[in-house]
Amino acid sequence: MTVLAPPEGWRRLDPKMLMVHPVREVGRALPVLVGILLAGSGTGRGGLWGLFGTGVMVSIGVLRWFTTTYRVAAEQVQVRRGILRRQVLTVSLDRVRTVDVSASALHRVLGLVRLTVGTGLSDRKSDSALRLDGLSEADAARLRDELMGRRAAEADAAPAEAKPQETDLASLRPSWVAYGPFTLSGVLTVGVILGFAWRVISETHVDPRELGPVTAGYAELLAVPRWLAFVGVPVALLVAVGFASMVGYVLSFWAFRLVRLAGGNLQVSRGLISTRTTTIEERRLRGVELSEPLLLRAVNGARCIAIATGLRVGRGSERGGTLLLPPAPGGEARRVAAAVLGVSEPVTAPLVRHGPRALRRRYTRLLALCVPAIAALLVLWWLAVLPAWAWQASLLVLPLGAAVAYDRYRALGHALVGRVLVASRGSLVRRRYMLACDGIIGWNVNQSFFQRRAGLATLVATTAAGRQQYAVQDVPLDEAVRVADRAVPGLLTPFLVAVSETL
Amino acid sequence: MTETLTDAAPRQLRMRPPRHLVAPRAIWYWTARALAGWIVVLAIEVFYLILASDDGLSSWHVAALVATIVAAAVHLVVMPRWRYRVHRWEATAHAVYTQAGWFSQQRRIAPISRIQTVDTERGPLEQLFGLSNVTVTTASAAGPLKIHGLDRDDAQKLVDELSVAIESTRGDAT
Repeated sequence: MTVLAPPEGWRRLDPKMLMVHPVREVGRALPVLVGILLAGSGTGRGGLWGLFGTGVMVSIGVLRWFTTTYRVAAEQVQVRRGILRRQVLTVSLDRVRTVDVSASALHRVLGLVRLTVGTGLSDRKSDSALRLDGLSEADAARLRDELMGRRAAEADAAPAEAKPQETDLASLRPSWVAYGPFTLSGVLTVGVILGFAWRVISETHVDPRELGPVTAGYAELLAVPRWLAFVGVPVALLVAVGFASMVGYVLSFWAFRLVRLAGGNLQVSRGLISTRTTTIEERRLRGVELSEPLLLRAVNGARCIAIATGLRVGRGSERGGTLLLPPAPGGEARRVAAAVLGVSEPVTAPLVRHGPRALRRRYTRLLALCVPAIAALLVLWWLAVLPAWAWQASLLVLPLGAAVAYDRYRALGHALVGRVLVASRGSLVRRRYMLACDGIIGWNVNQSFFQRRAGLATLVATTAAGRQQYAVQDVPLDEAVRVADRAVPGLLTPFLVAVSETL
Repeated sequence: MTETLTDAAPRQLRMRPPRHLVAPRAIWYWTARALAGWIVVLAIEVFYLILASDDGLSSWHVAALVATIVAAAVHLVVMPRWRYRVHRWEATAHAVYTQAGWFSQQRRIAPISRIQTVDTERGPLEQLFGLSNVTVTTASAAGPLKIHGLDRDDAQKLVDELSVAIESTRGDAT
């Protein structure tokens, strides 16, 4: 068995990736190492075991280079990997929907990238995702062209232009960083920093109360008037979160660029230290989602998310690579959405409102949620378990909830614009979906008992793209049927009957 | 360009329910399934009552037990019959159409050309009643079409028909 030369036709990761895993494992063990350095051998066995584990991980990383090979042949991309359990992953090229190239700081120092192939089905289980960690930039670019450029090359067989024509759809303007604090992403960052600090403290066995600056700071906090401390601490925390959000914004979205490649595919690249480039095949693009979280909406900001098969939208859509525009001015977001869709009407068109019954339902649902909670607090007060202020304070929920309910109603709307289904909903995060009718692969009409009594329905368009389902909430039933019938002509026809005039 | 509600006035259409009912035995299947759930709840309550009876029967516990029995009886009588009237299905040459639920109801439609798999499944309780359920999935993770409580032979016939229909369509159904 030849060890160093890969078999005929198979390609290997870049040898420099041998550096990546050891350094990363050492980095992961950093709190343990710091603990050993600061506290001597006081950490006992745990630390040593940690180091041993690090050693094992380093060796596995080295073995990984020997065992991972890939090739593109016969309309397929194949990856062989595994040490004890050999795996061969095979994906047909026409099932490749997205190619994601990312690089951490370490990767970038070494000139390496990680390439992930999105296929729509296999990406449900991260385990079986087709991922090559540690390609050189040139190899990755070549592989990406082989995976995605193929059809584009077929389309224009004449190699007239050596350099492909790209259209710039959007690029980051430094002023957008001001939207960072309104995303609250800094909450997570501050949490991670506190977590890391706590881990260092627990590994080094340093009692923070014995540290000079901490004690001094705490004493000073006690010295200031109480009201100042009550106002000051939250304000300081808010400033810290806002600052962290801005730093996070810069780290994730610096050098953000959205371009339409020569073949029509979309390419998103971004990142200050870690970089990421996602290529979305045009024919997999099924629409665009405009999302406006409440805080961002307050400063007229919005984000753009792609609706594409093979790209799931879930928690932290930035992670999923579906982001088409980071938090930016609303006008810019709408411009980008229109540019991606190719038509501007779905973005600008006024929506059909869902009417007074939908509004009433917003309020009744609020009451159904709040009244039992308030009643429970009342009972607990009556049983002398809770003080009276608990239920009195809970009454405040009613006006707040009413405001949210009204705002939720205002968000409701839908329209069929050309061949695009547009629907809007939500208050805390208002979203406007623009879904191409060709991407709709079925309808669900959901009606609860109360919706039936009100003559309303929630019409759900199912699709293989993005969130997998896009709902038009609480729309009058006849309107739901009309929209579904027009959006996908013919599908509903055999199941429709005319309403007789006498009814 | 945008359509408004008023456009719809001249030709108003209504969606009719699917044509076929499921097997009448399904009523008893749903009753049995719900009964199993209630028995667990009642067993816990009775067990608790026996344990607590050392310090005299608590009226609260007895009241809860009675309330549970009443709720179970109403549920067992109403739910299966209501379900039977709602659960319906229909398969044409171009689409599968199902209706399910009781308190909350769902109607689902999927074109044959977008169907990816057709499965049939029989749980132990369903086997007891000679029933079968058919699940039709599309490329969307949301909303597979499920038809519960079909007669075993009807289910097999439906699966065969759908398999033939699917074979005649092409594409990757996304």
